[in-house]
Amino acid sequence: MVEILSYEFIQNAIFSAILISLIAGIVGSLVVVNRMVFLTGGVAHSAYGGIGMALYFGIPLFFGAVVFAVFTAIILAVLTFKKRSDMDTFIGVIWAVGMAIGIIFVDLTEGYNVDLMSYLFGSILAVDSNDIYFMVGLLILTIIIVVIWYRDILAVSYDMEYAMLRGIDIKKFYTLILVLSALSVVVAIKVVGLILVIALFTIPVYIAQRISKSLWVMMIIASMISLIASLIGLFLSYSFNLTSGASIILINAFIFILFLIFYHKK
Amino acid sequence: MSILEIKDLNFSYEKEVILKDISLGMKEGDFLAIIGPNGGGKSTLLKLILGILTPTSGDIKLFNDSFRANFSRIGYVPQNTNINIDFPIKVIDVVLMGYTESKKKLFGYSKAEIQKAMEVLEEVGISSLAQNKIGSLSGGQRQRVMIARAICNNPKLLILDEPTASIDSMGQKQIYELLRKLNTTISIIVVSHDISVILSYASSVAYINRSLVYHQLAQYKDRVIKENEHFCEVELLEMIGGLHG
Repeated sequence: MVEILSYEFIQNAIFSAILISLIAGIVGSLVVVNRMVFLTGGVAHSAYGGIGMALYFGIPLFFGAVVFAVFTAIILAVLTFKKRSDMDTFIGVIWAVGMAIGIIFVDLTEGYNVDLMSYLFGSILAVDSNDIYFMVGLLILTIIIVVIWYRDILAVSYDMEYAMLRGIDIKKFYTLILVLSALSVVVAIKVVGLILVIALFTIPVYIAQRISKSLWVMMIIASMISLIASLIGLFLSYSFNLTSGASIILINAFIFILFLIFYHKK
Repeated sequence: MSILEIKDLNFSYEKEVILKDISLGMKEGDFLAIIGPNGGGKSTLLKLILGILTPTSGDIKLFNDSFRANFSRIGYVPQNTNINIDFPIKVIDVVLMGYTESKKKLFGYSKAEIQKAMEVLEEVGISSLAQNKIGSLSGGQRQRVMIARAICNNPKLLILDEPTASIDSMGQKQIYELLRKLNTTISIIVVSHDISVILSYASSVAYINRSLVYHQLAQYKDRVIKENEHFCEVELLEMIGGLHG
């Protein structure tokens, strides 16, 4: 057991599990209380467009995914803010178009690139130092934003119309939450893959929401649940040679089922 | 002192006229009830007053100026149904949202602000629930929280949109009694369907159905309350001439 901790890829995997759990706990809480889960799913899947384009143009895939996801988040923020009744349609379109762009660009790229699979299903054991640095940067940025603007973010998340009447720039915070969720989702894709990423942002958060009396407590509890699930999932993945992303999500789901059974018994 | 002055207000949405030639005013201490059928433009009028919508033509002045210049003097209680009851937030934190400006620290509120919020909760009769999660409260209690949030900033005007929707009759009465008490220091505008209740508390009524019929109620109030406890909107309008005016 101690021996495997000496491997650099295992150390990176553990670091990334800790970092992504904290990010998913904080940003996932914002996503859920703002009822942006489907929106975040759309951004996650559209990121595949950036991955495909990056592959075609020969630039780093992660960079392509980040730029494309943030661009998509801003477009969605503008469109859905103006016409919230059409939100589902816009998300559906961006979800599918992003994936389609990605697939077409992969088709146009000569040769087969196995690395793409890690973006679809995640590979925590393939996380490198650069990914860790990005995660640390994003976590620090997220914490700074939440601490500085906690009251405004809380007001916008709880009652957007009232926040606007109080003079809070709701467009700014709506876009900020969406961009933050885009960045977080892209980082999490490395760990659990874009197909499973949305579960990481919703399952621990759902449990935390039920037992928390405030948003910041919800963020901490969600992060802790996510951390426990990620570390157990990682251990099982390494021990039984299973796909890491799927293992982590299934542990989350197991905790979720246990919670539902005991919470409703209470 | 003029609290609200609306002159020749018109509002259209995608070529459909929603409000036509509305002129209306209220003075300090007034309790104005806005009534009317669904789709008649009551909520639109409220959104125009609050600056959420922009008039097609006409003028709205609050305290002789715009809403934006006076938003700290106005408290607003939205419809009960608009609130997310699953949100992880305590009653006291909802009330603290009512501050427009704060001597805040980064993450939280000053002791004086929390103290004031507790006093407001005491005033609306639910200080014992301050640490409870908002979702655990009844509809009537939640509405008191919203009123506490609206008044913690010491407003001069309180605007309420259907404050007693989905609340039982006992809760409705308590809310209106609270509003009567607040009306001694705060002017009030309330959108409501509860005609018989409104007649017991409001000093004037504006009936909105695309256009406006406005009346002082004092001359009718005693008669209405004595004659019929379950007074309906049509009877009221016949009395004040709204159906023909």
